[in-house]
Parts: sequence; structure tokens; C-alpha cells
Amino acid sequence: MKFYFKMLNVLVIAAFSLTLVACNGGNSKGGALKNSAAEKVFVAPGKYDAYYAFISGGFSGQLSVYGLPSGRLFKVIPVFSVDAEKAWGFNEETKPMLQTSHGFIPWDDSHHPDISQTNGELDGRWVFINANNTPRIARISLETFETEEIIEIPNSAGNHSSSFVTENTEYVVAGTRFGVPIPQRDMSIKDYKGNFKAALSFIKVDPKTGHMNLDFQVLMPGFDYDLSHPGRGKSHGWFFFSTYNTEEAHTLLEVNASQNDKDYIAAVNWKKALEFIKQGKYQTMPARYAHNVYSDENHTATSTMEKSVRVLDASKLPGLVYFMPTPKSPHGCDVDPTGEYIVGSGKLAAALTVHSFSKMLKAIENKEFDGEAYGIPILKFESTLAGTVEQPGLGPLHTEFDGKGYAYTTFFISSEVVKWKLGTWEVVDRKPTYYSVGHLMIPGGNSRKPFGKYLVAMNKITKDRYLPTGPEVCQSAQLYDISGDKMEMLLDFPTVGEPHYAAGIPAEIVKKHSKKFFKLEENKHPYATKSEDAGKVVRKGNEVHIYMTMIRSHFSPDNIEGIKVGDKVYFHVTNLEQDYDVPHGIAMIGARTSELLIMPGQTETFVWEPKQVGVWPFYCTDFCSALHQEMQGYVRVSPRNSNVKLSWSLDGE
Amino acid sequence: MRFIVFFIMLTLVFQACKTAGNQPQSTEDLTKNTPKGQASVVDKESAPNILQLAEKTKELSTLVAAVQAAEIEHVLVNAGPLTVFAPVNSAFDALPAGTVETLLKPENKKKLAFILTNHAAPSTYKGRLLKDGRKIYMATGNYITIHRKGDDVYIGDAKILATVDASNGVVHLIDKVLVPEEK
Repeated sequence: MKFYFKMLNVLVIAAFSLTLVACNGGNSKGGALKNSAAEKVFVAPGKYDAYYAFISGGFSGQLSVYGLPSGRLFKVIPVFSVDAEKAWGFNEETKPMLQTSHGFIPWDDSHHPDISQTNGELDGRWVFINANNTPRIARISLETFETEEIIEIPNSAGNHSSSFVTENTEYVVAGTRFGVPIPQRDMSIKDYKGNFKAALSFIKVDPKTGHMNLDFQVLMPGFDYDLSHPGRGKSHGWFFFSTYNTEEAHTLLEVNASQNDKDYIAAVNWKKALEFIKQGKYQTMPARYAHNVYSDENHTATSTMEKSVRVLDASKLPGLVYFMPTPKSPHGCDVDPTGEYIVGSGKLAAALTVHSFSKMLKAIENKEFDGEAYGIPILKFESTLAGTVEQPGLGPLHTEFDGKGYAYTTFFISSEVVKWKLGTWEVVDRKPTYYSVGHLMIPGGNSRKPFGKYLVAMNKITKDRYLPTGPEVCQSAQLYDISGDKMEMLLDFPTVGEPHYAAGIPAEIVKKHSKKFFKLEENKHPYATKSEDAGKVVRKGNEVHIYMTMIRSHFSPDNIEGIKVGDKVYFHVTNLEQDYDVPHGIAMIGARTSELLIMPGQTETFVWEPKQVGVWPFYCTDFCSALHQEMQGYVRVSPRNSNVKLSWSLDGE
Repeated sequence: MRFIVFFIMLTLVFQACKTAGNQPQSTEDLTKNTPKGQASVVDKESAPNILQLAEKTKELSTLVAAVQAAEIEHVLVNAGPLTVFAPVNSAFDALPAGTVETLLKPENKKKLAFILTNHAAPSTYKGRLLKDGRKIYMATGNYITIHRKGDDVYIGDAKILATVDASNGVVHLIDKVLVPEEK
């Protein structure tokens, strides 16, 4: 009997091992026994998500960082926004980041994040994102997950067909939505047609530092430019923009911009543009636009006003731009991983139109034109047409690709994602979204190498999907498993602001580069205090500069006297910690601009203008340590004419 | 006995791996929680949308039945804005005998959906926007022209009998079905 049990044990163990071996073989990591949606999205405590998803915040002006497949929110990165959590736009160091030619613009509408690429594949160095309203492009570092640079775009309005990168991140491209007078001038709106113009901007990206520079603009007819994507592979060197309102209506566009049977996808040959630049065929136009750069060396941003831009006139430079007719106000303009197909989603159209890049080249060579618009040749519709996806749904918007020969398109009116096959144009699957989906995202879905495991659909309307929160309810993202023949809905998670568009990337590519803290010895902030001994308080007239340090669990100095009502007091605070995840905060009673949250090795500044005599406390706002509640100090504020001498101390010294 | 145990173990191995193929589909379909999409939303306080208006209107009962048969209710509750030209019951009755019955059969769902879609246009067309000669682009991709004869407004050869505002657009009751051309 005993022997029998032993034997059974051996068998159980053997069988168990067999199970493990057999099941590890044919499946992606972690998925072996996962057959419920809950198991597919469950990331156990202490384990990591497989993907980062950078989901734009739309009208919140931010960029949120989520994990996939869990949908967990890790960070909200302020970009075109002020953020109380991080003092972004409130502290003295980051205020210049939000400067524009219109002054300090603390809020905007962030739309289309795109991750930098090398050889057409995601390299995970930077995320670029556009501000729609006061046209700007930002670059976010994926080492610090902070906004490092913002460049304003002149001659542009409603910077919507942005900010997509070419396949080696040579350029990040920004297209205007609105036609406007270029240069801006006082004229009647009625004279729009033929007189307004539109600029497509090519911003050069330094391959080492990522620094942006507005290289040139292509001046186009005053249509509305909606979205864009780069050519890749064989079509590298071209950029495609969807247009609507080729009617050039200036009122009730709801009706008046839907009159033409077809609008265009503009194909811009930017390699040709570089030749024209070399030949000097550009015009240098006066312009005013801010260029703001944040440095991790001095933890401070600078804002510079640029004065001119090089412009190429598409109407006068043959070979620079061609129009491909595309039915009914195309919105999405998406290029497949091979670079051959350009998908135009006429948002009012009943079918999807797919253009062929190789047919386009042939049509250009054979001059298969159907007239011209403002000197720009219009290619014959049939000459570039690769195929149409007939009656796929209502209100097509955007398309992404899985790298396995399939495309996925969202439909706003019929609230669904439709999967179809490139080449045969047949619909193979459809799944509902809840509700009214805008963009969708497959990690790498707009590169040469998509990671076709998950698809995220971003919904504008949620109504009854979550517990109600008054008239304003969240928007949502919906996760689908697309690894099989049929899509499978897994998860539905709330988002920050409007999840307008997103970019996803395998965590492996990014996480190893994530910075843990800033090295104190490399801190070049002019007001950095690198040791407690160096702490001091300096008066210059009514300006007082406090050089303060923070370390677990005290400020130095923490007792300051000799401040007077009417002084302008600058707290320059350096976090001396050199340890991962030990930020400290500081808040001063009555300070109107911010509480600071300072990373290890970093210096930040806020201004305090005391109005009342008394002894006023400050304290650490980030729960830093066991003695966080002891991390505090006092400032004595004396009357304006007082003789109290400036003094500072820690522990009486 | 030993063989039996071994057999059980082998079965276990086999079953465990069945789900571990290329695509282990979930045992549940989460889309079933909301069978009619946005039309499943229960909201009796907001201004009525196009579907809710149609459901309340006696003369549109055939249209509502057709929309349900085609399973496109969610389209009529979408944010829109949509203009729906809604044929009244007598318009359906005027079609050749048996037409409606045939269209309502499950195998004709797609065709029915296409015909119904030919009655919806993106954007809110009402009042002076229904200009004589204006071509309205329907969701099927067809254009249908507006005509004005005296005070009467026609879409194609169908006359607009009444107009009701909806939260997500507008409904015009019409006296004929706008049968699309075969594609």
C-alpha cells in the first residue's frame, strides 16, 4: 500500500511537469491557462505590465501613462498644462515651458502622441505630442517621463494633423487644421476662398539630443488638414495628409464642408522638399514663435522667441505635392507597415478608400492627372486606388495594423472596431465599443513593426458604463485581445480627460532606461545647495533668496528670521537624497503659486510674498519617511520697517 | 489501478493544453453585457433621442420593427448628429405586397440595414438648410435631392409630413420609403 502511494506521487509530479512543459511551448508568456478575460488582464501584485500605453489627455493637455493589459494608471505627465501635483507651470523653473508668442498659455488640447522610431521601429526614446489650440509640439523624455521641449508652430491654427514622426525620427510633422491668412492680417472672413493658406511644418529632430528645430513649412491651399502619417519602407520620404473642407467654406462647415464628393489626401515628397531647400527655392518669412527647452542639468527651462521660418510654396514647386482624391471628408490617414497602402477614412463615407503607393508613383510618372487645385496636380482617383472596403460600418475614423496583414478601423456612429484584410479588403470581424469610439491604438500599429497582441479603443461617450459621477463622467479605453482570428474584448477602463489618441510600446524597450534619480554632483542649477553647510539666506533689496536643502527628515535651514512684509521670498530647495523614490515636498502657508515636489538631486523654486506679520510654518508635503510629520520649519515675518536681522539656523547653529 | 491513474493524469495534461493554443478564447463574451450597444442605456430623464422618439410615435411602428430586425438601434442613439427621414407605416404598406415581410426575415438583415441606412444622413438638416436642389449625402453613400414645391418639402419623391427635434438630431416623417438603387 505504501509503495502504491509513492508510485502515485511520482506519477502526479510527472504529469504536472508534463503539463508545464507542454503548455509553455506554444503560448505567449503568462497566457498558458488564461481563458477568462479577468485572467488575461490580471497582472499580479508585484508583477509588471507587458506594455506601456501613453494615452493623451485631450482637453486636459496632459499625457497619461498606463500599463497594458491591466489598464493601471502610473503617471500623468503635464505637457500643455499646469499640474498642481508636480508644480509644473507653477514653479519658477517650468514656467518658461508654457510661454508662447501669445504669452503664458497654461492650458491646451493635447491630441496625438507618437513614439520616436529608428528604421521604422519604435525605439522608445521620446514621445512627441501636439497642442491643438495654440499650435505647439512637445517632446517628452522616456528617461524622465517629463516634458523636455516645446516648440510653437507659426502660420498654423488648430494644429491637428500632428505630431507624427518619420521612420528615423528625422522629422516630426505638424499640419494646420484651419486655413488662415498667412501672414496673419486684418481681412474679411468672406474673402477666405483662395486667400487663406495652410502650412505643413517639418520639425527636424536632433538624433542625439532630440532637440527640435522648425526646418521648413510647405505652404498649401487653405483647406482643413485633418490627420497625417509618414510613408515607411518603400514610401519613406513621403508624408500623407488628409484634407477636408476643400470647398473652403468659412461658416456652417457641418453642411458646407460636406458638399464635395471627394476631398484629397495630400502626398508630400519631403525628400524633394529638402532638394528645393538646398537649391534655395524657399522664402524666409518673418515669424514669431517660442522655443522652450527644459534642461536636466540645471533643472530649468528657457524660452527663446524665434524670428523667421523657411517656406516652400507647393503651388509653385512642381513635384513637391500631389493630391489623391478621397471620398467624403477623409479623417484618418493611415499607412500600413509595408508603406504600400494609405488608408483614407472618409468620416461621412460609406466605404474605406485605400490608395496604393506604387500606383501613385506610376500615376505621377504617367501624368494621370484629373486637373489641378491651386497649381497642385490632382491624380486620377482610379489611378491610385488599391481597393475599397465596402459598407464596413458607419462613420469610419482611424485605422491601425497588426503586422499580420490585417487592418482595424474604428467607426464612430456604429460604435465598433472592424477588422479587415489588406489586399482582399474583406471584413473578417467586428466588435462593439462602448460608446462612440474615436482613435484606436495597437502598440507599434503605425510603424513597420506592430506588436499585434492588444488593441485599445478610445471611447468618447460612456453614459452608463461606470458608477455615475454627476453630469460629467469619464471617457474610457477598451482593451481587446487581437492575437487570434476574432477580436476579444477584455477590459474597459476610465481615462484622464479625453483619451484622444495613444501610443503603445513593449515595456522591455523603455523600462531599462527609466531614470531613478538626478545626480547631485551634476546639478547645475544656479541656486542649487549641495550640502547642508552651504544653506544660506541672501537679501537683495526686497528680494530674499533662501538656499535650502531637504533630506530625511528635515529642512536646512529650518528657522529663518529677518523676513519683512512686502518681501519677495524665493525658496530654492534642493533635495539632497540620492535614493530612488524619495522625493520631498514643501509647502509654505500663504504661498500662492505652488507646493513643490522635488526629486532626489533636483532643485526647484517657488515664490512667497508674505502679507502678514507673524511666525509662519512650512512643511514637507510628500510622505517621505517615518518622521515625515517632523519635517517642518518656521519663518518669522516682521513689519516692513523692522530692524530684525536676517538669520537662519538648523538646531540652533 | 496504476494505469487508471496514469490515464487520468494524461487527460489532465491534454485538457490543460487545450486552452493553451494560439488563441485561448475566453469562456465569456463581455459584449453580451450590453446586447444593444448604446441602445441598452436606460435614461428616462434626458431629452429623447431619435430611437426613443420613433418608439413613441405610433405611425413609425413598422420602421421601429425594421430597425430592431436589422439590429441597428444603437446607430439611432449615437451622439450623431443625424437627420433621419422616417417613413410612416402607410409608406411601408405602399411597398409591393410581401416586401416588408421578406425584409424582416433574419437572412435579409444586411439588406434591410442598407435600406434603413439610406434614410439617415450625418448632420442636422432642418428648416432653411433643406434648400431646394440641395443634395443630401446619405449614410449609404447615395445622394438624395431636396425639392421644394410651395410650402412642401420633398426628399427624393417622399414628402416631409412633420418634423420633430431629437436630442441627437432631427426626425422628418415622410410618406414614402427611400429605396436605394441596387449596387
